[in-house]
Amino acid sequence: MCAKAIRKEPLVPVTAYDRDLLVELYRKMVSIRLFEQKVEHHFLAGDIPGFVHLYIGEEGIATGVMANMTKEDYIESTHRGHGHTVAKGADLNRMMAEIFGKRTGCCKGKGGSMHIADFSVGMLGANGIVGGGYTLAVGAGLASKLRGDDRVSAVFFGDGASNRGTFHEALNMAAVWNLPVLFVCENNQWASTTPTNTANSVEDVADRAQGYGIPGYIVDGNDVFAVYEAAKEIIQSIRSGGGPVLLECKTYRIKGHFVGDPEKYRTKEEVQNMQQTNDPITRFEAKVTEAGVMTDQELEEIHRQVEAAIEDAVRFALESPEPDPSELYEDLYV
Amino acid sequence: MAETKNITFSQATLEAMQEEMARDDRVFVMGEDIVRQGGIFGQFRGLPDSFGTERVRDTPITETAIIGAAVGAALAGMRPIADMHFADFMMVCGDEIYNQMAKVHYMFGGQKTVPMVLRAPDGLINQAAAQHSQSLEAIFQHIPGLKVVAPSNPADAKGLLKSAIRDDNPVIYFEHKALFNTKGDVPTDDYLTPIGKAKVVSEGSDVTMVSYSNCLQTVAKPVVEMASKEGISIELVDLRTISPIDKDTILESVAKTSRLVIVHEAVKQGGVGGEISAIVAEEAIDLLDAPILRFGAPFTPVAFARPLEQEYRLKPQAILEAIRKMF
Ligand SMILES: Cc1ncc(C[n+]2csc(CCOP(=O)(O)OP(=O)(O)O)c2C)c(N)n1
Ligand SMILES: [Mg+2]
Repeated sequence: MCAKAIRKEPLVPVTAYDRDLLVELYRKMVSIRLFEQKVEHHFLAGDIPGFVHLYIGEEGIATGVMANMTKEDYIESTHRGHGHTVAKGADLNRMMAEIFGKRTGCCKGKGGSMHIADFSVGMLGANGIVGGGYTLAVGAGLASKLRGDDRVSAVFFGDGASNRGTFHEALNMAAVWNLPVLFVCENNQWASTTPTNTANSVEDVADRAQGYGIPGYIVDGNDVFAVYEAAKEIIQSIRSGGGPVLLECKTYRIKGHFVGDPEKYRTKEEVQNMQQTNDPITRFEAKVTEAGVMTDQELEEIHRQVEAAIEDAVRFALESPEPDPSELYEDLYV
Repeated sequence: MAETKNITFSQATLEAMQEEMARDDRVFVMGEDIVRQGGIFGQFRGLPDSFGTERVRDTPITETAIIGAAVGAALAGMRPIADMHFADFMMVCGDEIYNQMAKVHYMFGGQKTVPMVLRAPDGLINQAAAQHSQSLEAIFQHIPGLKVVAPSNPADAKGLLKSAIRDDNPVIYFEHKALFNTKGDVPTDDYLTPIGKAKVVSEGSDVTMVSYSNCLQTVAKPVVEMASKEGISIELVDLRTISPIDKDTILESVAKTSRLVIVHEAVKQGGVGGEISAIVAEEAIDLLDAPILRFGAPFTPVAFARPLEQEYRLKPQAILEAIRKMF
C-alpha cells in the first residue's frame, strides 16, 4: 500500500517562543481578519465591485508560512489572496485601494480583489484562474536556481485547485529539477459548492506528493504554531537545496465561497461549529494566555493598533481618486 | 402566429437542455458546480432533479478533463454538453478544443463525428476584471471544424442550443453573462433555430449594422433607434452564428443599403468584424458608398476600476456620430 503523508504536530512549548514572534503572529492574523471584515462590509455596502473571496478562518496558514519567509522570497497566490498578501507584508493602504478600484491601488485599480500583486514584497500575484499559480512558482524557483540565490518560492492553492493538471505538471517539474518551491495546499473542505471528498481522489492532498517523489506533510492549518513549525523546518530544507515539498494545511472556509454566496449547499450548524471550536485566532489567544506568555491586555492592545491601521487603509481607499479613463490605455506594453 | 411565453434567457437554455435530454438519452451534462449551485449563473438549476446526478454531473476543477472527456464520450457515442463556467477558462483546455474537438472528424477522414456542445458564458459583467470578462469568439472562428454561435435573446438561445445539441459537429455556444436574466418571448412549440443563419432584426435602407450577443441589445439597438430619429434607416442584422458565417444575409443587406457597420463587444483588433469587413470588401466592394466601420473594445485587457471598465465599453453615441459621417 501507499505510504501516507506525515502529519506534523507542533512540538515547541509556547513558553519557548520568542515574544516578538508571538506578537508578530498575532498581529498578522488579526490584520488579515480585520482587513477581510472591512472588505466584506464595504462590498455589501456597494463600495467594492467585482468578485471578492474572503480568507476568514484560514489566517493561521498564510501567517505561519510567511513568518518563515522574507520579502526576497516569492509567493504565488489565489482568488482568495488577501490573506497571503497581508502576511507577505504588502502595504495595507495600497491593497485596500486596489480592492476599491482606486488609482492609488497596488495595481493602479486595474486588477481588483482577484488580481492583487505587490512585487515590492515578493508577492507575484493573486490569480483569477484556479491553478494558475503553480507553474509560475516553479518558474520563480527555476530563476533562483539559475541565479544561485537562496530564495524560496511558495505557491498557495486550494483543495479544488489540486485537481487541475497544472498541479501535477508543476510538482513533477519542480521535483525533477530539484527546485526551491513550497506547495501549500489550503484544504478548506470546499471548492465553491463542491465538497472536497466528492471531487478529490484522495482524502489528503499531501498524499499526492509521493507520486512525484517529494515529501508530503499535513498540519492543522488552524493552529498557527503547527503551521509555523512545519513551515520553518520545510523552508530551511528547501532553502538549503533539499528540493520541493508539499504541505497540506487542514482548515475550513468560514465564509461563503464569495461575498454574497447564498450557501445553500451546507448547514449553518456546520459553519457555526467550526467557528466556535476551531477559530485560529481564538485558539492562539487561549494558548498564549493559558500559558501565561501574553495577557488579555496585551492582545487587546495589538488588536486596537491593527484596527486603527485597517481603518486608515479604508479611509485611504475611500478618499483616493478613481483612475482617469485614459489610464485604460497605459501599461499594455513597456 | 405561434404561441409564445415570456421567459428568461437562462430558462430558455434550461428548457432546451430538458427537451433534448428527454428526447435523446445520449445527451448528458457536466461541469463545475452545476449540481449543488445550478451553475454559476443558475442556468442548470433544477436539471439534476429531472435527470439525476449521473446525467447531470459535477466535475472536479479540471477544464482539460472536462472537454477532453466530452470529446471522448462523443467519440464513444454520447452527446455531451460541457459547461465552462466562464469562457475565459477555455484557454485552460485549448488543446482539447482546437487539436482534439475541432480536428478529430476531419483528421481521421470523417470516420467519427464529435457531437458535443461547449457552453461558454462570456462578456463584461460587474467589473469582473481581466480574467472573467472576455469575449473570445474570434479565436474560435479562426479554427476550422468548430461551429460557433452567440444568441442575443431567449428565443434564439433556446433554438440555437437545441440545434447545437442535435448537430453532429462540435458547437461552441457563447452566452453573454449579462443576458441570463433578460426576458423575451419564446415560442411554445418545438422549434429549432438554424445554425449558420443570421437574422434581419429590423429592416432599413441606409446602413447595414451587423451585431450579435448582448452588444446587439445594449449597443446596436439604441444606435438604430437614435439614428432613426435623425432619419437614418439602419438594417440591423443579428449574426447569431459566428462560424460558419452567413455571408448571404450580410451581402444581401449591404446590396440594399450600400453601407456597413459592425458592432461587437470583443476587442476590435483581430475581431469578428474584421472577417465580416474582409468578406464584404472581397465580394461587394463596388456596392459600398462609404468605408466600412468596425466597433469593438480597445486593444487592452479588461480593467477592474469603474471608470476603466466604463471606458472599455462601447458608446452608442460615438457610433452614431461615426455613422452620420458615412453620408
Ligand atoms: C480554471 C478555473 N476554473 C474554475 C474557476 C472558478 N472557481 C473559482 S474559485 C473555485 C473554487 C476553488 O476551490 P479551491 O481551490 O478549493 O479554493 P477555495 O476557494 O476553497 O479557497 C472555482 C471553481 C476558476 N476561477 N478558474
Ligand atoms: Mg477549497
